[in-house]
Amino acid sequence: MAIETHGLIKAFGGVRAVDEVDLAVPAGSIFGFLGPNGSGKTTTIKVLLGLLNPNGGSWSLLGEPMPQATMSALPRIGALVEGPAFYPWLSGRDNLARLDAMGPRGRALAGTRGARVGGALERVGLTAAAKKKYRAYSLGMRQRLGLAWALIRPRQLLILDEPTNGMDPQGTREIRHLVRQLGAEGTTVFLSSHLLSEVEQVCTHVGVMHRGKLLMQGPMDQLRASAAPKLRVEVDDPARAAEVLGRLGMSCLALEGHQVVGALDGVKPEECCRRLVEAGVAVRMLLPEQVSLEDAFVALTGEGFNVAG
Amino acid sequence: MWLVESRTTFRRARVLASLCVLVAVPVFLALAVYLSGGPGSGQGPLFLDTASHNAIFTALAGLAVTMPFFIPLAVAIVAGDSIAGEASLGTLRYLLTRPSGRSRLLLAKGLVVGLFCLLAALTVVVAGVVAGVAFFPHGEVVTLSGTTISFLSGLGRSLLAGLVVGASMWGLASIGLFISTLTDVPIAAMAITVGVVIVSGILDGVSQVDFLHPWLLTNYWLAFADLIRDPIRWHQVWKDVVLQVGYVVVFSSAAWARMTSRDVVA
Repeated sequence: MAIETHGLIKAFGGVRAVDEVDLAVPAGSIFGFLGPNGSGKTTTIKVLLGLLNPNGGSWSLLGEPMPQATMSALPRIGALVEGPAFYPWLSGRDNLARLDAMGPRGRALAGTRGARVGGALERVGLTAAAKKKYRAYSLGMRQRLGLAWALIRPRQLLILDEPTNGMDPQGTREIRHLVRQLGAEGTTVFLSSHLLSEVEQVCTHVGVMHRGKLLMQGPMDQLRASAAPKLRVEVDDPARAAEVLGRLGMSCLALEGHQVVGALDGVKPEECCRRLVEAGVAVRMLLPEQVSLEDAFVALTGEGFNVAG
Repeated sequence: MWLVESRTTFRRARVLASLCVLVAVPVFLALAVYLSGGPGSGQGPLFLDTASHNAIFTALAGLAVTMPFFIPLAVAIVAGDSIAGEASLGTLRYLLTRPSGRSRLLLAKGLVVGLFCLLAALTVVVAGVVAGVAFFPHGEVVTLSGTTISFLSGLGRSLLAGLVVGASMWGLASIGLFISTLTDVPIAAMAITVGVVIVSGILDGVSQVDFLHPWLLTNYWLAFADLIRDPIRWHQVWKDVVLQVGYVVVFSSAAWARMTSRDVVA
């Protein structure tokens, strides 16, 4: 496991921002850490990285128990936490070089520093703005610099907190491409996001946070499966059709004009079709519906994607 | 690591600006004494009336003028900003996940602030000597004891005075460092640190609390004058250094305890 937590708790003034979270992020996965704003994602990440002291529970990074392994595990982890933060009066390049030098082995790393800084800036497309002061960077450029910092050394694990925040569509696409590429190279990526589409497109695994609790985690398909597949039929007699389908075991049936929609609950669509025809209902259309991640999420949390209070 | 930290610190506009002010004060002082036509009435800050006697005394007058306020202010700015500034920018979370290590980072910050104290005081001395040489005689120096020493020896003593004044700021620097670990608002840390100097200065002037005086941060701040006696009177200077080291031990420990246990929220 790249990240493993057991009963992790972080409370602020009695309110649990992280409430007994048991994360298991497999090595090599691209793990989407999904949840609305204020659901405890960033707090969880800060506890993982040793910035916040948890009120309970234990955790390990890259197989090493934290926080004891802070100095040995963190150099192998690249992190973008709660947005980028650099010195406004230094250029992008100088900021990366300074931060790289601020730590143990700072001098040992000096030999490769110039090349690594240049490579990281290149990778996020900031080479042209490398000498500009950070003060003059746009929000998207700052985000890119934060990513460049995460990539300045070879990493086994990347923890990226909302990496596409403030980026234009082109930038978002580049980041998605970058994350896929890193995943293909074998780096575990822990990607927190409130954007379902972002997670759905790149992630192999997903964990859903809601009000400090981890509602579910597992391979992407598991989340999709957690919402019931639906069936939509268009018939001449919707009331009669609903009755037939209800008897078959389908639930949550709703009439929409000539259409009937309901959760299949394990009933096979072809079985529905046969029964409807046998019951004398004329079927004009029969459509098993693909469940989007958003539907799955709503099914899981029972509410929309709003900020938790 | 502290070298990297000092390079970053001394590239900051506010740090450079504060050093510029420390250059300007003795230059302005020399100019004012020169234009007003020689020694004053014997009133005002230490050494001011003798500032025109010799370039060395111009430097010492510069120290005496900047010691109560300008140097502590500059030190409070740098010390108060040290950790709180990183926290407010958010760079603290990147330093700690670098990982630079909480104790190491505090040590690097402390060393740089300590270095800044010395550099601030020496800046005043050097600017004072240069301004003094430009306007006033720069031959042999008559000490406060009435004996005469060579200019070079006087120069050495004034630099020593600069170091002593710088070291006198260490206690304040460690208080500033500690306060800086308590807050994410650098301006608050700076203001409180300046407040500490003011309170200490006020208490030092109240004779009813004279039992407190030997323990006050500012009590021996003008002891550097004893270095211009012949022979040098080390007693007060020594007491000052011991007191400052005491403050450093207490407040650095407090800063360390806070730094290694705090939540980095910002």
